[in-house]
Amino acid sequence: MSFETAQKPSWFARLAHPGQFLAWTRPLLIPLALLSAGLFAAGMYLAMFASPEDYQMGDTVRIMYIHVPNAWLSQFVYALMAVSAIGSLVWRHPMADVSMKAAAPLGAVFTALALYTGALWGRPTWGTFWEWDGRMTSTLVLLLIYLGIIALWRAFEDPLRGGRVVAVFTLLGALNIPIIKFSVDWWNTLHQPASVFRPDGPRMPASILTPLLVMTLAFTVLFLTLHLASMRTEIRRRRAVSLERQRAAAQP
Amino acid sequence: MNGFLAVIGRDLRLSLRTGGDALTLVLFFVMIGILVPFAIGPDARLLARLAPGIVWIAAFLAMLLGLDRLFRSDAEDGSLMLLQQAQMPLEAVVGAKVIAHWTLTALPLLCASPILAIVLAMDFPTFVRCLVALLVGTPALVALGAVGAAVTVALRRGGLIAPVLILPLAIPVLIFGVGAIAAGPVPGAADSALLLLAALSVLLVGLCPFAAALALRVSED
Repeated sequence: MSFETAQKPSWFARLAHPGQFLAWTRPLLIPLALLSAGLFAAGMYLAMFASPEDYQMGDTVRIMYIHVPNAWLSQFVYALMAVSAIGSLVWRHPMADVSMKAAAPLGAVFTALALYTGALWGRPTWGTFWEWDGRMTSTLVLLLIYLGIIALWRAFEDPLRGGRVVAVFTLLGALNIPIIKFSVDWWNTLHQPASVFRPDGPRMPASILTPLLVMTLAFTVLFLTLHLASMRTEIRRRRAVSLERQRAAAQP
Repeated sequence: MNGFLAVIGRDLRLSLRTGGDALTLVLFFVMIGILVPFAIGPDARLLARLAPGIVWIAAFLAMLLGLDRLFRSDAEDGSLMLLQQAQMPLEAVVGAKVIAHWTLTALPLLCASPILAIVLAMDFPTFVRCLVALLVGTPALVALGAVGAAVTVALRRGGLIAPVLILPLAIPVLIFGVGAIAAGPVPGAADSALLLLAALSVLLVGLCPFAAALALRVSED
């Protein structure tokens, strides 16, 4: 890769340079980690001690403060992956590639956590770990898509070559997710009339909403921290692989 | 248009003269239908109730088995590279290959579906609905499968990954496909499911060749 342009490269081009990326993200990591730890501490205090019990669900309502941020991240991470996929396909942006790869396992973990905490919450409130409800089913399908993408990443020996192929599939998945969501809703309402679920429950009082927002912010900052760290690791891994190849090629 | 037909004809001739594959798929499709009664018991009422789902699962699995040969042999003998250099856009080539693949894999399944109808104790109206649903829905499966095959064409172990990638995306086809056959509690739901299946099929057949061609181009360089 070479830049023939005589003028100073734009911020976008500078962002694409792995070394530059490593340099400017280095001072960010520790503050981000501290910020997410602080947010978690505040959020956990608000969620566990300072917020009231639900008059029906009792203490189990506190699962929501973990469940909802994970569910939000499961979709946010896919959106980030789709944007990175566009960056990779349109501009061949190397960092978009790395960001896409680093986000997939994180997204899968957040989605799995959303399902897991949802099951834990569903047991005392609805009396079942799993119900083929539209929202749960589409989250499960999202997890399957994440796992498929991870499997595809792992199947490519050369990540530089595989990245753009994965990007095509990620975008197809992004187009398909609304269709899956719609079809699953259609399927569920046909088979099982809405009896267990109210769509979104009563409007929340501020005493519940505040801890929820703080926890969501905490989880999002945690994701950003992990994502940056994971991107840095991925850059170093690629560098190590290419150094290894150069060494092997140099040997007679 | 000439080139389009030529690609279809080439794929059909290649498959028919090397032979065997289409028949094996049909055999597999029918075998699943025959296997299920052993698993759940020969109760005709239960079988009739489950028949739409069983037929669709059998069709899904049979289509997935045939996926790998969509681009694999062409990539191996280099003709895919020639097709990429051709005057005709690669998207059209993929479209032609999708049509040929549908003719080779889905059409035989449709012809074999009466056997499943008898074995699974479907009544005649249900069988007709099943035939229509398969006719409308299988192009969507082939189109999605083309993307799966294109994405994994550079991989030596692509045969296993493509189905894992495609199956979650194909869930809507399954939902509307079964919905179009099964008579639900709501009147008219089956018809609307059939229409939605048709819409999905048109959308995917239109969109997927572009995605598959993009994946093929991208995995070359």
